[in-house]
Amino acid sequence: MADPLITLDGVTRRFDMPRRFGQPALSMLAVDGVSVRIARGEVVGVVGESGCGKSTLARLVLRLIEPSAGTVTFDGTDLTDLSADKMRLARRRMSMVFQDPYSSLDPRYTLEDVLSEPFRAQGLKVPPGRIDELLTAVGLSNRLAHAYPHQLSGGQRQRVGIARALALSPEFMVLDEPTASLDVSIQAQIIDLLLRLAGERSLTYLFISHDLGLVSYFCDRILVMYFGRIVEVLPGPKAVPRHPYTRALMDSSFVPDPAARRTLVPITGEPPSVHTPPPGCAFAARCIRASDSCRTTRPPLAETPDGAAVACHHPIA
Amino acid sequence: MLLGVDTLSVSIGGAMPLEGIRFDIRKGEIVGIVGESGSGKSLTALAITGLLPLIGGRVSAGSISFEGTDLTKLSPRERRAYNGRRIGFITQNPMTALDPLQRIGEQVDVVSRLHLGLPPHAARARTVELFRQMRIAAPEAIAEAYPHQLSGGMKQRVVIAMALAGEPDLIVADEPTTALDVTVQAQIIHLLAEEVRNRHIALMMITHDMSIVAQLCDRVAVLYAGRVAEVSDVRALFAHPAHPYTRALIDCIPRPDMARGALTGIPGAVPAVADYPSGCRFHPRCPRATDLCRTQVPALVTDGRDSHACHHSLRDTHG
Repeated sequence: MADPLITLDGVTRRFDMPRRFGQPALSMLAVDGVSVRIARGEVVGVVGESGCGKSTLARLVLRLIEPSAGTVTFDGTDLTDLSADKMRLARRRMSMVFQDPYSSLDPRYTLEDVLSEPFRAQGLKVPPGRIDELLTAVGLSNRLAHAYPHQLSGGQRQRVGIARALALSPEFMVLDEPTASLDVSIQAQIIDLLLRLAGERSLTYLFISHDLGLVSYFCDRILVMYFGRIVEVLPGPKAVPRHPYTRALMDSSFVPDPAARRTLVPITGEPPSVHTPPPGCAFAARCIRASDSCRTTRPPLAETPDGAAVACHHPIA
Repeated sequence: MLLGVDTLSVSIGGAMPLEGIRFDIRKGEIVGIVGESGSGKSLTALAITGLLPLIGGRVSAGSISFEGTDLTKLSPRERRAYNGRRIGFITQNPMTALDPLQRIGEQVDVVSRLHLGLPPHAARARTVELFRQMRIAAPEAIAEAYPHQLSGGMKQRVVIAMALAGEPDLIVADEPTTALDVTVQAQIIHLLAEEVRNRHIALMMITHDMSIVAQLCDRVAVLYAGRVAEVSDVRALFAHPAHPYTRALIDCIPRPDMARGALTGIPGAVPAVADYPSGCRFHPRCPRATDLCRTQVPALVTDGRDSHACHHSLRDTHG
């Protein structure tokens, strides 16, 4: 990758827990040493379950929260080093679509207000016709400009969330589970819209999801997160997973075909405590392939020439 | 036949959000009730579990026959002999099914005590055994815990154990895995299927997700805007759906072989009860709709246990 748009290098975020009387101070590593490069025009998926750190990673990439260690570079500029003024200018080139289209829209704002807000926050005037253009781009009637969020369905609200993210014509968008709270029929509409916009506007996406089937459909490259770390990189949507955790995710993702039912291998045990991470592989306690070395030594993320990478002592051949 | 729902209509106030629902469930079967939000799936579940009064609804026509007894004709007192005992209910959010102030074991014990008349120590032994069958590690300790101490997946296992405690013949599960992580969802689906097979009971599984239907169900009833679109065996339904709505729902789930751009969803949204269109209620979103669909309600055509309501059935094209 000669000229990546985004480079994460050893990005780490630790959260300190409120200290309780008589208890030792606790902290958790939500994101632990994540390094990744995203090319211009690429759609990169991050897949993992609740608490794996994927949403924290999304916020770190946009510097909505500060990393405890590591750097985020956007088009050659280290974002973690920027002053507030310069960061605000940099923000024009990046945006985010949030998971919940209900709580991410102010109920007292009309759609026109919602879509004007990004301009106002940057001290810019809304270009004439821009609101209409944004509504049309996401498949909404421009008659809705004066409507309030409560008058819209969940799918329409998420279209507004996407229009808002498009307002300043960004190059890069983080999509944080944009369809997780929608019906499958509406989810498919929104995914279709996002793919179309990416093509029309040469956007680069970081798509966060818990659904490996959806990520495989939508993304050029897939990062699998477990317990704050990337455990596997799948270089293409059809790449065969080699990490036992990715395989478990795949087996848990059902196919709409009764002739292709999944045989489920039960995952035993629970994920480890976030406050006392194990010294070895975080998945070892739940993994059928785990050996003694898995419990004592953390497997490094080993890259292969085809762009795949897996952090496992005993990857599936 | 264990459960027979026949031309069931439900009214809430002046509206009729459910109209002419017809399907049946045999012992040992897993039947999926599928459709988008607003299609009437949950209302069907509330009608069967006798919980319609909770939302101000009532059965306005038709019958729900459970082993030959019409549940809609029973008094609330007679009805109580069915709920929890013969018909178990698993709700979408396990948090709403569990009392946050009561230890988990006590909440499950009470089902065996009330419905099976077990003394307290026997009821607890049964609870622990049910927890073990649910693959809950350290079941004795979990029985002493409070709901907030458990993960979402663990709470849903407790709720399933609770539903099984009354030894029901039918379990009604309303999107029991929606709030869970995918690996946990897969485990719960697997566990439910295993319990239904082992106990030779029936499961009515409500979901909007055709991939869960494909994985779990023997038969499927597809609902749209308060009416039956199609009822069929699961393999026939996926191989040759009769109703364009069924086809559209299947095509909403990404498949590994799907080319990018093939996933388009269903245009528009399910109408609200007040805005139900004339004729076939799916016609404004249907690629096959004609003038006939806009004016005439399609009849529910029945063939044995299967049925569909469409003027231009896809199966006619298949021959």
